[in-house]
Amino acid sequence: MEGLPILSLMMLVPLAGALACLFAGANAARWIALGATLVTFVLGVVLWSNYQIGGPQWQFTERAELFAGFSWALGIDGIALMLIMLSVFLMPVCILASWDSVKKRVGEYLAAFLVMETLMIGTFAAQDLFLFYVFFEAGLIPMYLIIGVWGGDNRIYASYKFFLYTLFGSVLMLIAMFWMVAEAGTSDIPTLMQYGFPPAAQTWLWLAFFASFAVKVPMWPFHTWLPDAHVQAPTAGSVILAGVLLKLGGYGFIRFSLPMFPEASAQFAWLVFTLSMIAVVYTSLVALVQSDMKKLIAYSSVAHMAIVTVGLFAFNVQGLEGAMIVMLSHGLVSAALFLCVGVIYDRLHTREIARYGGLAINMPYYALFFLLFTMASIGLPGTSGFVGEFLSLAGIYQTSSLVALVCTTGIILGAAYMLYLYRRVAFGGQVNEDAAAMRDISVREWAMMAPIAASVLWMGVYPESFLAPMRADIAVLDARLAAAAPAGDAALAAGAPRAEAANALPEHASAKEGAH
Amino acid sequence: MDFAASFALIAPELLLTGAGLVLLLVAAWGGDKSARPIAIAAAAVLFGAGIMLVPGLHFGVDGPATLAFGGLIKVDSFALFAKALIYLAAIGALMIAHAFFTSAAAGTERVMRAEYPVLILFAALGMSIMVSANDFMTLYLGLELNSLSAYVLAAILRRDTRSGEAGLKYFVLGALASGILLYGMSLLYGFTGGTGFAAVRAGLTGEMGTGALFGVIFVLSGLAFKISAVPFHMWTPDVYEGAPTPVTAFFATAPKVAAVALTARVVFEVFGAQVDAWQQIVMFMALASIIFGALGAIGQENLKRLLAYSSINNVGFILLGLAVANQDGASAMLVYLFIYVAMSLGSFVALLMLRDEDGALFETFADIRGLSVTRPLIAWALLVFMFSLAGIPPLLGFYAKFVIFQATVEAGLVAFGAIAIAASVIGAFYYIKFVKVMFFDEPAGVVTGKSGAAHWVLLALTAAIVSPLGYLLTPSLTDLADKAAASLFFVP
Repeated sequence: MEGLPILSLMMLVPLAGALACLFAGANAARWIALGATLVTFVLGVVLWSNYQIGGPQWQFTERAELFAGFSWALGIDGIALMLIMLSVFLMPVCILASWDSVKKRVGEYLAAFLVMETLMIGTFAAQDLFLFYVFFEAGLIPMYLIIGVWGGDNRIYASYKFFLYTLFGSVLMLIAMFWMVAEAGTSDIPTLMQYGFPPAAQTWLWLAFFASFAVKVPMWPFHTWLPDAHVQAPTAGSVILAGVLLKLGGYGFIRFSLPMFPEASAQFAWLVFTLSMIAVVYTSLVALVQSDMKKLIAYSSVAHMAIVTVGLFAFNVQGLEGAMIVMLSHGLVSAALFLCVGVIYDRLHTREIARYGGLAINMPYYALFFLLFTMASIGLPGTSGFVGEFLSLAGIYQTSSLVALVCTTGIILGAAYMLYLYRRVAFGGQVNEDAAAMRDISVREWAMMAPIAASVLWMGVYPESFLAPMRADIAVLDARLAAAAPAGDAALAAGAPRAEAANALPEHASAKEGAH
Repeated sequence: MDFAASFALIAPELLLTGAGLVLLLVAAWGGDKSARPIAIAAAAVLFGAGIMLVPGLHFGVDGPATLAFGGLIKVDSFALFAKALIYLAAIGALMIAHAFFTSAAAGTERVMRAEYPVLILFAALGMSIMVSANDFMTLYLGLELNSLSAYVLAAILRRDTRSGEAGLKYFVLGALASGILLYGMSLLYGFTGGTGFAAVRAGLTGEMGTGALFGVIFVLSGLAFKISAVPFHMWTPDVYEGAPTPVTAFFATAPKVAAVALTARVVFEVFGAQVDAWQQIVMFMALASIIFGALGAIGQENLKRLLAYSSINNVGFILLGLAVANQDGASAMLVYLFIYVAMSLGSFVALLMLRDEDGALFETFADIRGLSVTRPLIAWALLVFMFSLAGIPPLLGFYAKFVIFQATVEAGLVAFGAIAIAASVIGAFYYIKFVKVMFFDEPAGVVTGKSGAAHWVLLALTAAIVSPLGYLLTPSLTDLADKAAASLFFVP
């Protein structure tokens, strides 16, 4: 694979597909889009299989000077690799999910999705600060159109909110980037990750980046755009939002905030913890009372992403690895849950939970998949959710047992709202005739659900496949953070070993005497 | 310096003058029937004058060799850059005029007046003199030649009351601003004893008296009116709305370039020794323009008014480059100017192409609902322009903001830049409203008429520049802007 610019190729294929889709008829556009995303996925598999675990930190690097201030610098480490895999994996699923449900302006719709894919890969692969910003920010345009043109009834409000919130967050980050580049004299991300910014400046820089990533993640109280955007977006839009776009925030923290500003990260860890604890408890409670399925899952996303931020700012390997796995897992599971909603929405055109009921009777396969993803969302052992949440919480416990305690309630509350949702939708009597008459999932829907289900189980049973590529990078990050890491309250330091085993009986004086 | 060398330096102006006078005679004898050939000839003359600028632009000129007529005029790289932009914008204004004036949009006359191209030519001449002024007298001469042509252009639809109102408003307020400017100049003359830029600069070194400070403030206020910076912006929406759309497109581009270039020259070359005195004023104007330009646009229903506020908003960003007060800032400002001209010319051309069957223009948001269904190409072009104006990557408008803010931060004005960029998000609101109306709303159900070839050419050209393809231009653009900025800071 030497010399083949595979990352550029992975970005070029969807872009070419997007252009073709713009000019193709509806049906041709669907096949073109599916083809382009599948080719990209295959390239992604090639990428993963050629990634050398334990090799150099940055692989598949490409570098070309473009013009004043910009250079086409791409390259990935294990963290980026996993997130790129997530993106290219979900993309064909998105195309399939909108196969029948999108009927107007199909070509433009699919083109917007393919452009999104290019931009997402670019964001994860960019090694130049400004190139990253361009990809990060350009995603606003297609997503704005996807929500606004093909969304639900209240789509205009949601699209404005999405656009302005995220834009406001990002522009402050841009100012910080200018300052960093002026200070460090380079816009090369790997160099900047090793650069020691003065701690006083780090505070401001961290806050500027936080403004952007906290909106993207989203953290409480910047999350209000998310339920609106999710509810109004078409199914595939929600999938890509929950599956990948939210991960941009987490990726930003792990790629920029933590390694570039370790001191400021430690300084503000309490802020992240507080917001995350509130998010876990508050949004879980909000999710509990939702009557709209998509809104419920959207709020659960906020809660899950709070576990990610807590894990990231735990400043230890378990926390970081756990946060990454939660991101990947949540990417799969929330995407799948939105697909589950989409499947029945396509049939009945309502997201009201009360309009459904007893689907397990007439849609057994659907109910099976839905159950699996529900359990994964709760974090049942054997599914991907468990691995990630366990690691994250184990990580944070070393730093603060209080935060761990509060965040763990999220799992209990998660079980409550997810099982409650599942009971109302899939179990019970068939209260509505039209809901009872719905067909079970079609071959196309099988093709969407089955790969995600397999991945969820794979990640749950053998997470090593996903952890191995990231291990070295997380170790590097952990080493960089070690100096700044706040002291934990768990006091896990091992004391001096005892002289003998804990259950050894003290020698009785009488026994000694008896030897005489 | 002999006169031959001086005349060689102002060759483009001489060409414009001669051609303008000849075409005026043709217009007088030929009447309105000859309007179209005159417009074509005027465009050709502007293009020819533009060609003359190329060698100087390419190699970069500064120093004493650029002074003509004993220092009254200075034809350095900076002047050349501004002139090139002005001529291009003027050619654009000529290209889009004919189809507009012969359609129902022009009211009852339905004929392009032969004076239109001649006036554009004279306005371009005036601006040309403005940007190469090296003396307050030359400055005022060029400014007035441009302004007087512009007043007539705004009112060129004689039977249309809105056009007449625009012309009158523009004239009254413009005359007031010229008066303020003149007063400032006279104060400076009184306190420094000269009208030449070098002489005034020499008189302004060291501690500055209150009288001279008033002179600086009056001059800046007069110039702020010409570039429609807050708080001297009130005329802009009215004039932009009332003037015929091709004229509005012209106002939004060429005179803005000239006035900004003039302001830059005055603050750097004349007030260069007193940066502290003007920097705060420019900073205030920049921030106020960004914020009020954005807030004012939010409630607008009329598209031309909206673009007027958008131009105020953009002027704020341009002034941001000026407020940085160094060479990088000036270079960034020039890059922004170029991209701004492409964006606003393109937006106005797109507006001109939106017409019903009779040719009457669509002017409000209600008219362009669902445009993406009825006229997809124009809608996509407008989408590109709007996102670009909002500064969303990967469109070229992002690059414009990028260089401006980079210069701001590198000069250490971080907080200032942060406030300005946060305020730019307000502006994004109405740009995306444009997109929302065109793409998200149901079609208004109006039939749309055909557009001329010239419009399509100009639209395609500007859209290509603003699209990511435009980044291919940036190396040479940056190079030219750097040379121009360097000549502005040339120290003999």
